[in-house]
Amino acid sequence: MKFSEQWLREWVNPRMSSNELVEAITMAGLEVDEVEPVAGAFEGVVVGEVTAVESHPEADKLSLCRVWDGRETLDVVCGAPNVRVGLRAPLARPGASLPGGMEIRRTEVRGQTSNGMLCAESELALSEASEGLMELPSEAEPGADLRQWLQLDDQSLDVDLTPNRSDCLSIRGVARDLGALTEEPFEDLVPDPVPATHSEIPSIRVDAAAACPRYVGRIIRNVNVAVETPVWMKERLRRSGIRSIDPVVDVTNYVMLELGQPMHAFDRAHVQGGIVVRMASEGEKLTLLDGQELTLGTDNLVIADHSRPVALAGIMGGEGSGVSEHTRDIVLESAFFDPVRLAGKARAHGLHTDSSHRFERGVDWRLQRAATERATALLLSIVGGEPGEVIEVVSEQHLPAKQTVHLREERVNAVLGMTIDRTTAEEILARLGLRVVHLYRDGWEVEVPSFRFDIALEVDLIEEIGRIYGYNRMPVTEPEGRLRLRAEPESRRPLDRVRDHLVALGYQEAITYSFISPERQKQVTPNAEGIELANPISADMAVMRSSLWPGLLETLAYNQKRQQHRVRLFETGLRFERQAQAIEQEGMLSALLSGPVASENWVNGNREVDFYDAKGDLESLGAMLGQSFRFARERHPALHPGQSARVYSEGQPVGWIGTLHPGIQKSLDLNGNVCLYELSLEAVLNGHVPHFKAFSKFPEVRRDLAMLVDEETEWADVENVAREAAGELLTGLRVFDVYQGEHVKEGCRSLALSLFWQHPERTLGDAEVQELLDGVTNALSTRLGAQLRS
Amino acid sequence: MENLESLLKQGLNAVEASTDLKQLEQVRVDYLGKKGHLTALLKTLGQLSAEERPAAGQRINQAKEQVQNAIAEKKERLEAEAMEARLASESIDVTLPGRGRDAGGLHPVTRTLRRIEAIFGGAGYEVAEGPEIEDDHHNFEALNIPEHHPARAMHDTFYFNPGTVLRTHTSPVQIRTMENGEPPFRMICPGRVYRCDSDLTHTPMFHQVEGLLVDRHASFADLKSTIEAFLRAFFEEDLAVRFRPSYFPFTEPSAEVDIEWGREADGSTKWLEVMGCGVVHPRVFENCGVDPEQWSGFAFGLGVERLAMLRYGVTDLRQFFENDLRFLRQFR
Repeated sequence: MKFSEQWLREWVNPRMSSNELVEAITMAGLEVDEVEPVAGAFEGVVVGEVTAVESHPEADKLSLCRVWDGRETLDVVCGAPNVRVGLRAPLARPGASLPGGMEIRRTEVRGQTSNGMLCAESELALSEASEGLMELPSEAEPGADLRQWLQLDDQSLDVDLTPNRSDCLSIRGVARDLGALTEEPFEDLVPDPVPATHSEIPSIRVDAAAACPRYVGRIIRNVNVAVETPVWMKERLRRSGIRSIDPVVDVTNYVMLELGQPMHAFDRAHVQGGIVVRMASEGEKLTLLDGQELTLGTDNLVIADHSRPVALAGIMGGEGSGVSEHTRDIVLESAFFDPVRLAGKARAHGLHTDSSHRFERGVDWRLQRAATERATALLLSIVGGEPGEVIEVVSEQHLPAKQTVHLREERVNAVLGMTIDRTTAEEILARLGLRVVHLYRDGWEVEVPSFRFDIALEVDLIEEIGRIYGYNRMPVTEPEGRLRLRAEPESRRPLDRVRDHLVALGYQEAITYSFISPERQKQVTPNAEGIELANPISADMAVMRSSLWPGLLETLAYNQKRQQHRVRLFETGLRFERQAQAIEQEGMLSALLSGPVASENWVNGNREVDFYDAKGDLESLGAMLGQSFRFARERHPALHPGQSARVYSEGQPVGWIGTLHPGIQKSLDLNGNVCLYELSLEAVLNGHVPHFKAFSKFPEVRRDLAMLVDEETEWADVENVAREAAGELLTGLRVFDVYQGEHVKEGCRSLALSLFWQHPERTLGDAEVQELLDGVTNALSTRLGAQLRS
Repeated sequence: MENLESLLKQGLNAVEASTDLKQLEQVRVDYLGKKGHLTALLKTLGQLSAEERPAAGQRINQAKEQVQNAIAEKKERLEAEAMEARLASESIDVTLPGRGRDAGGLHPVTRTLRRIEAIFGGAGYEVAEGPEIEDDHHNFEALNIPEHHPARAMHDTFYFNPGTVLRTHTSPVQIRTMENGEPPFRMICPGRVYRCDSDLTHTPMFHQVEGLLVDRHASFADLKSTIEAFLRAFFEEDLAVRFRPSYFPFTEPSAEVDIEWGREADGSTKWLEVMGCGVVHPRVFENCGVDPEQWSGFAFGLGVERLAMLRYGVTDLRQFFENDLRFLRQFR
């Protein structure tokens, strides 16, 4: 809602500066988004009258004009196409200054003297663009200061209204609120009925009374649409952000701004038979004022004549039925359309108009006749004509019910947390037009006025009292609560510990978008059934991620392009996948490593990260959490088939680890090794409560063993066999060397393992340890074909 | 015995002349060992008369003691020198960088969330989380935003089908908590939220924290103190806070909260909108099975990136999701 401060002050004029006024409106909940002067800063511009025009001898497009400024006639060179004798236009005389700091001086234009400049609207910052000179009406007195004559020392306020405050979509509504807020008297405008001068009435039939409970129409004959809209009205429209079209449309727009009632005027000659308000039939066509052809459905309310729809009710008029230069008689429409039935209808056709905006939010349902009278009076004063009788078709049962709300004093105080005395509360209600119809011992019965669509409950009234009283005048008290201890399950690990551990390992946390490109999704998780957005913001953010890897990979690519080569990233968040009919949203921890193991330094070599670095970090995380993960060679489409493993915890698959598949690496144009892992957060965070076990006081013995195994034999197999054979006294088993190459038979590799034994009650003897060791050696050799290395 | 003096002198000189512990040991053996010069002298005592013997023995022993002391002293000196020399040889350039690994860091959003959780956690607010793909009921209906309500247009909702959306706020988590629990409630719901909007000041995903307190007598005045105290704790500054009437379908009265943030060009206080709040709407309580005559509550919601931007001086919202390491590393 945009309007001029001057106009508002005509309704309510509190003694406050412009800044204070803006602040007051904002603090009433009508947030002022923008304040802008209605004209540029200029001075010394007067009304000039062109008395003679000749063409410039040297330039086709220039004219030599004689301009009367009320005191003298000046020679002015002008390039505007609309300059003509008799035209009154703004004249910047020598000494004047224009917006942007331009100073007007006497000058020569191609050999001809120019004593000033005739101005276009854009040159005075009255509009952004204009064609030709600004044309002033004949009542503009030559010599009059333009700023004063147009009352340009004014500003436009643009108020960003919340959807509940449809009552403030008019000057009248804003003025009422401002009056309530500043305790300044607000005098409502009650238009006088304009008596009919003839007996012609429009034929109106409402077939859709539920959607249109009230329809008011009036014929005005013999209007003169050739006249200009008065400057004062044009200016008010302009300052409200509405373009002047013709005097009839301007008046309907003016009344909409002033009172909040959207109106429409039909050319009576183009309404065949009479007006019918009905639902459209399926597939019915309607071409709108703006030339757009709509195909309607049965949920679209239309204003039709006896042959076709002539307007999309409450949204926009149709082409060919509105006022044109040939119009003689008009039919004025002022209706109340049900907000619920109109909701979303404009948007469904890609439309949003001043009218639909108001009807969807609620227009004062008692206003239609008054608005018609107001428009009639304005029209008669501008385009003349003969008004007929006002015809009103109303369906009382479909109008909003007359409502009262019981307001309890005790609830006011409880909700606001303070005591507001009865008189203050009553005064606030009265100033807002909320009439108390009954007094109770505990409070009031309050009638909801027809212009308020946001009041139905007690709390709606409490808010109004609080709002006008002033939120910032209310007290501040600390809430009281019970001191309840909360459950603190120890087996549940806080996510923050996981994050902190990864940070300590050198990882930087990233947060990437939850929606990614379908192509990337297909590439990384081709088997996941993705969940696509119906209205994505862009094609590369169209599907919900089924893995966090794509986001981390894109982040790596982004950073590599910016010379960041050593990258460790992790992210936690949901992954999304369709499972049967349900949508699964699972918390994941995902990480990526790339680049050198350490930043370049003088001590260590600068090896690239590999699978075992990633695995080491994952194991470190597991150790911190008291989890031991098992890794099994399995393939994942995003990972190198020879360097990927599925991660298991307590027998359940919980994630993946591996080196990025070279194909994906290439398509993302990534440099160096890239390793990834991803785990279900549930698996990571669900731990157990420790349980102490006594440990032996006797020494632990260590024996080392070097075995030659087939290169296809995995360490996990060796470990399993060794553990089994080593018996219950085994306390530790480690691999400390893996070797393949010289001195090792082709197709074999050498594994060096150390075994630790300890007896709970005594020191182990050499002989029994040797026996245990032999047991391991034999098991490895019989079950895995391993040979003891000499 | 006549050569005792010269022997002693020789011995002391030898001690003095020793340059390392090995030489010194040799001196000890040469003079004080079983076959040492001074030990040998003691063996000659037998040749003396009984009268002379004690005095001569004493003299020899004194000489031995003198040499012994000299050796001990010298040994201490040599050891100190050796330690000195070792330490000198082992000296390194301590200004060279260490072998440590690089530290990582948390995302500024996480950092900010932790702060918010800590501030509210101290007053007993529990953290609750919920799904990001939400149903229409929890995201809108239960929050008093029926279909076609103009407030829906304020939300720029991403949807999958008419009944399933990406949550536009974390308020649905409050609904879920109230549906499944019994009042009183004291909770905050942090998390990702989504709006179909992308420009200089909007990203289609951002983070919110919504808070809820439900108790017997929670009021707007209580809400005011909570918000003020939170903002002052968060910014560690006694800043001015103002409450501006606004509209949210799920609270009434509703307010936008502005904080004082420097001065406008004309010298007046510059106010920045930082969060929204209000008293829980009775319909929301009814939708969750909480009796609005028995319980009252307040709720608030804030944008995490917005607070992080103000706190850390970030000027471009989009940087939070570009994950440029040069940006992320600044929040350690």
